[in-house]
Amino acid sequence: MKRLLTLTSALVALASSKAAMAEYGLNMTQGITEVSKDIYDLHMMVFWVCVVIGIVVFGAMFYAIIAHRKSKGHKAAHFHESTTVEFIWTGIPILILIAMAIPASKTLIDIEVLDKADMTIKVTGHQWKWQYDYPEEGIGFISNLSQSSKDVMDDREKGSAAKREALDASGDTYLLSVDNHLVIPVDTTVRFLITSNDVIHSWWVPAFAVKQDANPGFINDAWARPTEIGTYRGQCAELCGKEHGFMPIVIDVVSKADYAVWVAEQQGAAAAAAVAATRQWSEDDLMAQGETLYNTNCAGCHMTDGTGGYGPAIKGSDIANDDAADHLNIVINGKNGMPSFKMLGDSDLAAVITYERRAFGNTGSVVQPSDVTSAR
Amino acid sequence: MSYTAAHDDHHGPEKGLLRWVKTTNHKDIGTLYLWFAFTMLLIGGAFAMGIRAELLQPGLQLMDPQFFNQLTTMHGLIMVFGAIMPAFVGLGNWLIPMMIGAPDMALPRMNNWSFWILPFAGGILLSTFFMDGGAPAFGWTFYAPLSTTFAPDSTDFFIFAIHLLGFSSIMGAINIIATVLNMRAPEMRMMDMPLFVWTWLITSFLLIGAMPVLAGAVTMMLTDRNFGTAFFDATGGGDPVMFQHIFWFFGHPEVYIMILPAFGVVSHIIPTFARKPLFGYSSMVYATASIAFLSYIVWAHHMFLTGMPVAGELYFMYATMLIAVPTGVKVFNWVATMWKGSLTFETPMLWAISFVFLFTIGGFSGLMLGIAPADIQYHDTYFVVAHFHYVLVTGALWGIIAATFYWLPKWCGKMYNEKLAKVHFWWAMISVNVLFFPQHFLGLAGMPRRIPDYSLQFADFNFISSIGGFSFGLSFVLLTYIVVDCIRNGKPADARPWYSAKGLEWTLSSPAPYHSFNTPPSRATILEESQHS
Amino acid sequence: MSEQEYYIPHGTYWPIIGSIGVTTLFVGFANQMHGVEWGGSVMGLGMAIVVFMLFGWLGTVVNESVNGMYNKQVGKSFRWGMSWFIFSEVMFFAAFFGALFYARILSVPWLGGADNNMFSGATEALETSKYIWEGFQATWPLINTPGAIGQSGVEFSSGFALVDTWGLPALNTGLLLTSGVTLTYAHHALRKGHRNSLVFWMIATIILGVAFLGFQIAEYGHAYHEGLKLTSGIYGSTFYLLTGFHGFHVTIGVIMLTVILYRIQKGHFDSDNHFAFEGVAWYWHFVDVVWLGLFIFVYWL
Ligand code: HEA
Ligand code: HEA
Ligand code: HEC
Ligand code: CUA
Ligand SMILES: [Cu+2]
Repeated sequence: MKRLLTLTSALVALASSKAAMAEYGLNMTQGITEVSKDIYDLHMMVFWVCVVIGIVVFGAMFYAIIAHRKSKGHKAAHFHESTTVEFIWTGIPILILIAMAIPASKTLIDIEVLDKADMTIKVTGHQWKWQYDYPEEGIGFISNLSQSSKDVMDDREKGSAAKREALDASGDTYLLSVDNHLVIPVDTTVRFLITSNDVIHSWWVPAFAVKQDANPGFINDAWARPTEIGTYRGQCAELCGKEHGFMPIVIDVVSKADYAVWVAEQQGAAAAAAVAATRQWSEDDLMAQGETLYNTNCAGCHMTDGTGGYGPAIKGSDIANDDAADHLNIVINGKNGMPSFKMLGDSDLAAVITYERRAFGNTGSVVQPSDVTSAR
Repeated sequence: MSYTAAHDDHHGPEKGLLRWVKTTNHKDIGTLYLWFAFTMLLIGGAFAMGIRAELLQPGLQLMDPQFFNQLTTMHGLIMVFGAIMPAFVGLGNWLIPMMIGAPDMALPRMNNWSFWILPFAGGILLSTFFMDGGAPAFGWTFYAPLSTTFAPDSTDFFIFAIHLLGFSSIMGAINIIATVLNMRAPEMRMMDMPLFVWTWLITSFLLIGAMPVLAGAVTMMLTDRNFGTAFFDATGGGDPVMFQHIFWFFGHPEVYIMILPAFGVVSHIIPTFARKPLFGYSSMVYATASIAFLSYIVWAHHMFLTGMPVAGELYFMYATMLIAVPTGVKVFNWVATMWKGSLTFETPMLWAISFVFLFTIGGFSGLMLGIAPADIQYHDTYFVVAHFHYVLVTGALWGIIAATFYWLPKWCGKMYNEKLAKVHFWWAMISVNVLFFPQHFLGLAGMPRRIPDYSLQFADFNFISSIGGFSFGLSFVLLTYIVVDCIRNGKPADARPWYSAKGLEWTLSSPAPYHSFNTPPSRATILEESQHS
Repeated sequence: MSEQEYYIPHGTYWPIIGSIGVTTLFVGFANQMHGVEWGGSVMGLGMAIVVFMLFGWLGTVVNESVNGMYNKQVGKSFRWGMSWFIFSEVMFFAAFFGALFYARILSVPWLGGADNNMFSGATEALETSKYIWEGFQATWPLINTPGAIGQSGVEFSSGFALVDTWGLPALNTGLLLTSGVTLTYAHHALRKGHRNSLVFWMIATIILGVAFLGFQIAEYGHAYHEGLKLTSGIYGSTFYLLTGFHGFHVTIGVIMLTVILYRIQKGHFDSDNHFAFEGVAWYWHFVDVVWLGLFIFVYWL
């Protein structure tokens, strides 16, 4: 009976895996860079070598299991040593390994040695979002898990039917979409300088075969030369705390012309923001922008209604109702589990802090961008 | 020559529960270890069921991501330090004195302490679940600074638990070394020793070399967390990657600590049921020693993506690949032992064969991971999870289960129910593959490890894996029944229940007497029972 | 008991007492660090239990040994046990030496902008310092940490004076090396059965050990005064943990030597049977060798 149960469950598993095979890839992606294709080839080569060795070894074993069984009346031989044989089966694997090591070394050196990059992007990991800076272009922004994925997650109380619906609606991009995409031009060698602001993250884009740890206080580099226009997705690949599973990467590889347009747009927006930071803002403007920023950046820990979760409650807290100095300080510099948000612009910081001080029934003072500038 | 207990009237165990607290007897202590390990296996397994239940479907259904990370972390820690390692120490305790013709372990009182530290360490570790901020949630590899600057207070308890576990392992290893080197029957030479004894001796050297380094690593964590040092903090000139070097200098030998004794077990079972001496006894010994040596110089294959210099990556890739050679020698020797044997397939043999088969698959994926450029795509995905469960579950755990069925008649003097045991074997064997094989595909398709929720393209394989997991978990209920049933109602077993089994332990009665050998065996007996005769 | 028999002790309570002791100690310590009121006292209680256990356990062993219940084989087990225990201690120190080397040779230069890529002839060097620690200079000893170079939130103090290698440290090297010699004299005296000379050399060894500790404490005071603290970044971290654990081992060594001296007075050893003496002597030599490593790599180079 038990055997029967196991059998059926195995069959069901097999059948559904067939379906799965049809629908999704079982294997490593070949990616869209030369390096990623080399790696794919290497992977397949080693895989087939293992398969062949496996067939030989398991073949011999199962042959013995079938042919040399007592129930068939097979009598045991008595040999138990053969220097020649042992010599051979030490030697052959060594040769096989050398044969594998040669292409592997070549690929590795290709990956690690970069002659000249066309452009540089600095990638900084934060708990739990990525920050991208284009030092040469003077562009920088933060990339958060998109609201649509968060909504699905928040639906977890709603019962499985509703959740399932929301999930299906977001499809393959569930947990793999972000608000601000990283944009890079096609056929361009991009050098990524990767670092972190808090714990170790790892920046992984399978299609580029780029995965590199982001170590706080150190810079690592990686590079890619994408050859196909499209949108590519990846995830953080090093356990970095509670929301490690929720800091994806989305990259748009665009034509060079489109890239130039995008850069100009970004630079325009940055200039506008710089101007905005010097003027006085109305409380309403601050509150409006602050709410959006709060919900993307802070609500994960302090909750949308400010009642606190992983981080303490903001609603009714001393810090949000007393003098603004401490409040500015903790948001800009962080403290223990509270990450630093100094990478946000002055107006954004002013907005989010004002929002914390005036929403949820708090009665703290309004904070202007100029206050942030001087508090930095 | 004869051996005596402290008081001549004391040849049997004491009565009552206190016997287990006070005991210095290697069999009692072995039993304690084995039951402790089994309990921990169930606890660690229950955590794994929690993990699989959350991953059954996409979306967060059962738990908060932080709690998921706690489960993953504690699952890894409990399985490694609470289940697999103590189980092997238990087997070593039970079997080594019997296999080398000794009355007991060399340092019996210390032996007691090695065991009795464990429940306390395990208790401290498990109690972190009830602390503010919850249990450690930084993975069993506890990388800094997630485990230092960014970890809850309970981490300090975790650190002390690791200190205690390390202390216990070191004492256990010292004891085994002293026992093997000093308590062997005078007529037994090193190259007469059975392979389980050899593999454990070599494992002890791994433990003594690796565990203190782990103690060093957690000590640095402790001072970084509480006393302002800067080992793993770049602000003070330290380096978080340094933590990983120190950790893996321990961690890689650690994984061989968990597999070498299993190699030993399999090297006993296969010859018995092939009715043929072990093929290549001495090359088995040398291969084990080479694996142990190599295991100290490959650690950074876990760190290919930390930004090591290329030269380092190349070196660690080559050294890692080399391990396939001695391991291959072992696999080939097992197959050659079966070749032209007269095979029967009692339960221990089934487990041993399936060990050879599935461990080798795990070894192959290990080799793939060792190819540094390819590891860029594999690292920290479910491909790694699949790899290490193949070597740990169908390797280490399989070895433990095989050993249990093989020596159970010697331990309790009774025979288990062969029919049920075979049902259990097939159940476990099939479901474990349903559980872990699809994880290879998940990893290759891009699913990172240590995540509580995933995108929809990973849904099907996760579903299959979870179903396999529940089925495999349930199979432990049957295993428990078989073992308990054997102890209570089994039919009496012969002193040598397996036809042609070789080894001094089979010259003792079943169940084995409380003090194994009162008179050391003669040279003739030793040769008669050795693995290469 | 004759040579032919192997001693197997039976039931003992000491291990479980020891486990309760260390657990109490650690639970107390952890709570103490987290600022819990009762932490310190519980820690003290744990320490007391551990000391009680050590006295009781070792006392039993001494008794058994004195009553001739052990034979050569037991002695050999003890010897194997002690030597591999010392080896495990060596590996413990190796972790800290490893940290020192790693920081000196690899990570600090990287922080200061050295390229971590050996094949990088044509590569753009990876200059960490350019992007993160602007203005940071990699030096060893690392007196100014990256965090102290004017980046946000200085956590690690900057600026301290080094300990003068050829002052107290050199003196301490002399003391410890001499103590190794005096201990060897003591051993010879024991082997030859010269009791008075044995006692003399033992006392000399202990005095040298205590003097070492005294100077070590003085040196700490001095270094601390000059600004070298645990919180001085990686230099202070490796310096204090290496020398601190060494000093701790010397302390244990001195205590053990004192116990041995006491047991010599009691006449526990003869020229053949003195495992305890040998074990402690090995330990002392091990502590000696570690110090040499410290002197060379921490103070000198
Ligand atoms: C029992 C435990 C065990 C064992 C035995 C092994 C064995 C091996 N492991 Fe595994 N490993 C783990 C436990 C183990 N591992 C764990 C727990 C992790 C994850 C840790 C974590 O991050 O949490 C891990 C991770 C891990 C990684 C890091 C992956 C990553 O994080 O990116 C790597 C990379 O090189 C690796 C390699 C190997 C290799 C090469 C072997 C070799 O020893 C395998 C050798 C065996 C064979 C190759 C098969 C038999 C040989 C033949 C039949 C001969 C002929 C074969 C050829 C010539 C190919 N392992
Ligand atoms: C050492 C041995 C070992 C063993 C034996 C196992 C056994 C199992 N492990 Fe694993 N595992 C590790 C070591 C081990 N593991 C390590 C080191 C990690 C890495 C941790 C990290 O990332 O830090 C890991 C991580 C890990 C993950 C990845 C988690 C993540 O990345 O987020 C998963 C996911 O499926 C998993 C699953 C399982 C399952 C289903 C089993 C099963 O084999 C368990 C079977 C046993 C039981 C189920 C218990 C017995 C039965 C009962 C209690 C009664 C029946 C109960 C029910 C059916 C509910 N383990
Ligand atoms: C990673 C989770 C996390 C995120 C995201 C986060 N915080 Fe916090 N926050 C914390 C934690 C944890 C603390 C408590 C720090 C401490 O005192 O130890 C905290 C503390 C604070 C405090 C002080 C509260 C008090 O009563 O002392 C303020 C104000 C604050 N955060 C504002 C913000 C703002 C504004 C944002 C978004 C821009 C934000 N936080 C995002 C985790 C977070
Ligand atoms: Cu960031 Cu994981
Ligand atoms: Cu490894």
